[in-house]
Amino acid sequence: MKGGGFRIYALAYLIFLYAPIILLPLFAFNEGTVIAFPLTGFSTKWFVAAANQPTLWLAVKNSLIIAASASVISTALGVFAARASTRYHFPGKGGVMGLIMLPLVLPEIIVAVSLLVVLLGLGINLSIVTVILGHVLICTPFTIAILTSAFQSLDRSLEEAAYDLGETGISTFRLIILPLVMPGIISSLLISFTISLDEFIIAFFLAGTQPTLPIYIFSQFRFPQAVPVIMALGTVLVACSIVLLASAEYFRRRGLARSGAKDTGGFL
Amino acid sequence: MTAAAKPTMIEFRDVHKYYGDYHALRGITATIRAGEFFSLLGPSGCGKTTLLRTIAGFEEISSGAVMIDGKHMEGVPANKRPTNMVFQSYAIFPHLTVAENVGFGLRRAKLSKDELNCRVGEALEMVGLRGLGARAAHALSGGQRQRVALARALILKPKVLLLDEPLSALDKKMREQMQVELIKLQRQVGITFILVTHDQEEALVMSDRIAVMFEGEIAQLADPETLYRRPNSRKVADFIGTMNFLPARILSEGEQGIEVEAQGLGRMLLDPSQAPGAASGTGSSVGFRPETATMLFEGQKAEREAMGTVEEVVYYGDMTYYDVRLDGTEAPIRISMRNVFGRPVLEIGARTRVAWSPGAIVLFR
Ligand SMILES: Nc1ncnc2c1ncn2[C@@H]1O[C@H](COP(=O)(O)OP(=O)(O)O)[C@@H](O)[C@H]1O
Ligand SMILES: [Mg+2]
Repeated sequence: MKGGGFRIYALAYLIFLYAPIILLPLFAFNEGTVIAFPLTGFSTKWFVAAANQPTLWLAVKNSLIIAASASVISTALGVFAARASTRYHFPGKGGVMGLIMLPLVLPEIIVAVSLLVVLLGLGINLSIVTVILGHVLICTPFTIAILTSAFQSLDRSLEEAAYDLGETGISTFRLIILPLVMPGIISSLLISFTISLDEFIIAFFLAGTQPTLPIYIFSQFRFPQAVPVIMALGTVLVACSIVLLASAEYFRRRGLARSGAKDTGGFL
Repeated sequence: MTAAAKPTMIEFRDVHKYYGDYHALRGITATIRAGEFFSLLGPSGCGKTTLLRTIAGFEEISSGAVMIDGKHMEGVPANKRPTNMVFQSYAIFPHLTVAENVGFGLRRAKLSKDELNCRVGEALEMVGLRGLGARAAHALSGGQRQRVALARALILKPKVLLLDEPLSALDKKMREQMQVELIKLQRQVGITFILVTHDQEEALVMSDRIAVMFEGEIAQLADPETLYRRPNSRKVADFIGTMNFLPARILSEGEQGIEVEAQGLGRMLLDPSQAPGAASGTGSSVGFRPETATMLFEGQKAEREAMGTVEEVVYYGDMTYYDVRLDGTEAPIRISMRNVFGRPVLEIGARTRVAWSPGAIVLFR
């Protein structure tokens, strides 16, 4: 059969990629404490157990605050940067954009350690705020990538037309540009929210005494009896991530369709 | 013509525009009259759009002055100028309905809802889109988008309407229909229209006057007939339609006219108005349009005749184009002949007599 080998390869690749994620809900709904086959029976008790842990809720609260702040700040920064990079020419633009995008390729552990050194050097106490700063740093490249695509698909003459019809720069931005890039903004918010929510290394280094959800999960692995609870939690997180990313992609595509542009990639 | 009596609407005074080192506009001086249908015609990249955008206020000029209705436009931003523009891409706001697009410019006027609807309805009616107000803008055809762009620009009753190649995205049939509609619309509203186009036929059909541009300069500014019959340079003549050129020598220039000897045609006396251009320094030649010469068939006679050989025949149904090399010349000239019932189409190699008239000749020197 033609392409048979390739098909097998693709199948193996998908199994390798997604099998662990499928195991997650499998054991989350399993009766037994031990994470091993055979499964012993269906139960939702681990979900109940997870919901009854106050420290877990604290971590969830921290994570949500961090993710919400980081996504709003990095998206706001992304709007300015994307607008500047698609619309204006200034000396050193390539270099500046390269520097902003750098955290995308820099090992996260290096970002985390350097941030820690700088913050300690400045005498700033570690808290949620410092984690937010770190997450803004790593989310901004993503928001810029998404928003640049949104701003680029915007026909420049739309702006000029609004201006020509008597609007000012500000009202043109509000009436024309913002509505047209709004799908991109929503998509950027959702993706940076997701990135921040399950980021571990930076949060681990910068959180101080206020653990985020990933840090909480990591710490729980020391207790074997807590593992099924973590499985349940993981299942919930995977479900949330899928919903968030799917809606991000939905908004990105709707934005393209609305402005009549061609699809030139994206994150999904 | 009454055009000369019309007041000036736009005046360019030695306008220069640089993009970095690139000299895009090189000393444009011209006036456009109120109520005129004016075209900027030239090949792609000659600076037509740039010149149009200096009127709209989207490009700052490097030196010189642009006046609109007697007012200096320096420092006046685009949203404060009495001009509106139809963009090449139409720039229809994709997230608004047709009515919202058309009424966009009236937002600032703070009209009552009824009044707004009424004005939008009128504008849609004017461009033949009655009843389409509720349509989503992205669901329109090319021709409809163009009409929306027109209505949107005209609803503010600007002094000048600027159109940047508005018909270039339409298919041939639609384009011809829109040409006629635009002319009618311009007469109806009486607003000065300035059209950018690279299509010489479109410019000839639609305009009261045309500025032919090459490389950032206006080569000739005249009405269509003058441009066609008395182009002031070989370049303009070539860009607008087809013209035959034959090398020529000026024998004398005096009170009664210019005496010229042209290769293949012989001596002729031309009126000074037949030499509208300045000296180019590349030698003189005479030119004439393909339709101003005729091939003579048996029994026909003309005052001025030349002998030649048919080198190429292109049959178009209603017309036949002949490439004829006149005796004593190096390159063939083109002659277009209407095909008349009973008249044979000549074959390649046939000898023929060509009738021409000195009145149709333009002298380039
Ligand atoms: N923003 C710009 N920056 C640099 N060069 C430009 C810019 N706009 C136009 N040009 C150049 O100026 C010349 C004239 O352009 P344009 O007015 O658009 O020509 P046309 O409309 O006649 O085709 C072109 O060579 C073009 O490359
Ligand atoms: Mg152009």
